[in-house]
Amino acid sequence: MSRLPTPITRPAPRTPAGPARRRGRREAATAWAFVLPSVLVILGLSVVPVLWSLLLSFQYSDLLTPSVWVGWDNYRQLADDPQFAQAVRNTLVYTALYVPLSIGLGLALALVLNRRIRFSGLYRTLLFVPFVVSAAAQGVLFSFILDPEFGAANALLHRLGLSPQGFLSDPAQALLVLVAISLWSGTGFCVVIYLAALQDVPKELIEAATLDGAERRHVLRHVTLPTIAPVSVFLLLWQTISALQVFDLVYVTTKGGPLGSTTVIVYFVWEQAFRNFTAGYGAAAAYVLGVALLVVAAGLRLVRRRDDRRIEGATS
Amino acid sequence: MTDLSHLPGSATDRLRPVGRTTGEPVARPRRRFRLPFSPWHLLLAPLALLFAVPLIWLGLSSVMSDAEINRFPPALWPSGIHLGGYRFVLGNAMFPRWFANSLIVSAVAVVSNLLLGTLGGYAFARMRFGGSRVLLVLMLATMAIPFQLTMIPTFLVMRKLGLVDTLGALIVPSLVTPFAVFLLRQFFLSLPRELEEAAWIDGCSRLRVLFQIVVPLSRPALSTVAVLTFLTTWNDLSWPLIALNHDANYTLQLGLTTFRGQHHTQWSAVMAGNVITVLPVLLAFLAAQKTFVRSITSTGLKG
Repeated sequence: MSRLPTPITRPAPRTPAGPARRRGRREAATAWAFVLPSVLVILGLSVVPVLWSLLLSFQYSDLLTPSVWVGWDNYRQLADDPQFAQAVRNTLVYTALYVPLSIGLGLALALVLNRRIRFSGLYRTLLFVPFVVSAAAQGVLFSFILDPEFGAANALLHRLGLSPQGFLSDPAQALLVLVAISLWSGTGFCVVIYLAALQDVPKELIEAATLDGAERRHVLRHVTLPTIAPVSVFLLLWQTISALQVFDLVYVTTKGGPLGSTTVIVYFVWEQAFRNFTAGYGAAAAYVLGVALLVVAAGLRLVRRRDDRRIEGATS
Repeated sequence: MTDLSHLPGSATDRLRPVGRTTGEPVARPRRRFRLPFSPWHLLLAPLALLFAVPLIWLGLSSVMSDAEINRFPPALWPSGIHLGGYRFVLGNAMFPRWFANSLIVSAVAVVSNLLLGTLGGYAFARMRFGGSRVLLVLMLATMAIPFQLTMIPTFLVMRKLGLVDTLGALIVPSLVTPFAVFLLRQFFLSLPRELEEAAWIDGCSRLRVLFQIVVPLSRPALSTVAVLTFLTTWNDLSWPLIALNHDANYTLQLGLTTFRGQHHTQWSAVMAGNVITVLPVLLAFLAAQKTFVRSITSTGLKG
């Protein structure tokens, strides 16, 4: 209140002197020049399309003629579309099988490989190599192996005296076979992530627990698993998101068939937009998937935060 | 199996009484039947073999003669090395083109991710400019956007740019990923500032400091970005499937899927093509296994 009025002629105290200010401005210009290409590509090809996709989902669009605004019609139609319902069901079944199996198998293998065991490097390599094989190559390879008529898998069953299977051409089996192929390629990823996490479990904690008379399974239950819990949550999130987005393998092996038994959501989106040319409808389906992924990510974030607190409490 | 005494130097090892206290001669541990190897191998070896068999079968079938593949049950081992499949594939008008297309797209993606990722990551790590925090958060958020949400409009954007059915449609979206920018930013933040400041105060330009001091120190982060960029662009199928029409522009992954339909009877050719598709990534993995594994784990653990 009683402060003296600042003389107008005095320079503002926080502004740097002339040359420094000029340097600051030049610095900012350089910085912008550095980030601009990344910003243009990344934001230009994500923010713009996300909004565009939202608009598209409220339109009837065939990607060629001008689109028509239809409001919530696409979403309403999705709710009644038995094909979309089947796609959602297939995706959920695939996810419910693939995620726990890959994580469970990955954890078990990582725990074994983490012991001092000979050739563990070789085992790790063999388990991991399928992960770098593209879904296209996997699809072609397994279509060959699992060919019902002259594939190696049925030849093996024949030699064992078992009846031949339809595999990917059998509506009752196709989705399960896809899960198996995904486990072949995806388990190694979980093994590698868990092995890295197991390196960080403090040795003193294990020794202290052992001295206190804890058995191996108690150490596992009360020391190892809680310490690697954040990694488990990460894998749960990562594997769920990739399972909900499965497409390439389906496209190469079954193209959604037989009888729609392997049509997953992304395959449905692709088919609507680029096969049937109902892009607005496809965009609406994509948005349903997008919201589902967001819910999964947000839900797991909450769990993770709670877990982090629990672990901090346990170790400090 | 309840102790950890097999680990040399563990606490239990040192604390266990060894019978010396009683004054009697040290009793030898009771002999029991032991496998010459850890019993875990009985579980691991078959499982590892199961994981390896499909790839072994891929290699074997690519050098079988068509007669060997097409009879039932198929031969389990090739009678000799038949290169008919490879000859067919490499003599095919399209296949070498697909390989070249894949190579071009992946090489451009790797180089440009390294370059633009370094520039962007460095600016975010070390330089002050208005709005940098907001921009950083915004770019971080784009990592959470699934591809399916953007694929239809991205196709429309590419059509507006006149790039549909050209390699440009594949190159532009893969020029730089938020992942590259962030990974490099995190790494630059971990470098000691003093190294750069001396040179900078001496009047070196930011660009020179970046490329003469920071980049040479950032090999691990740069190789991580290079490895993952190569892996994802080389292996991608869905975007080329949307963005390309004519088979002359196909990438290897996309070509392979149509190849199968066209040459259904000639499995040796399809498998030879598959070997050629898988080999670059496989060789890169075997040559740089440590980097590969580290880059995979760093996406998960430090992300």
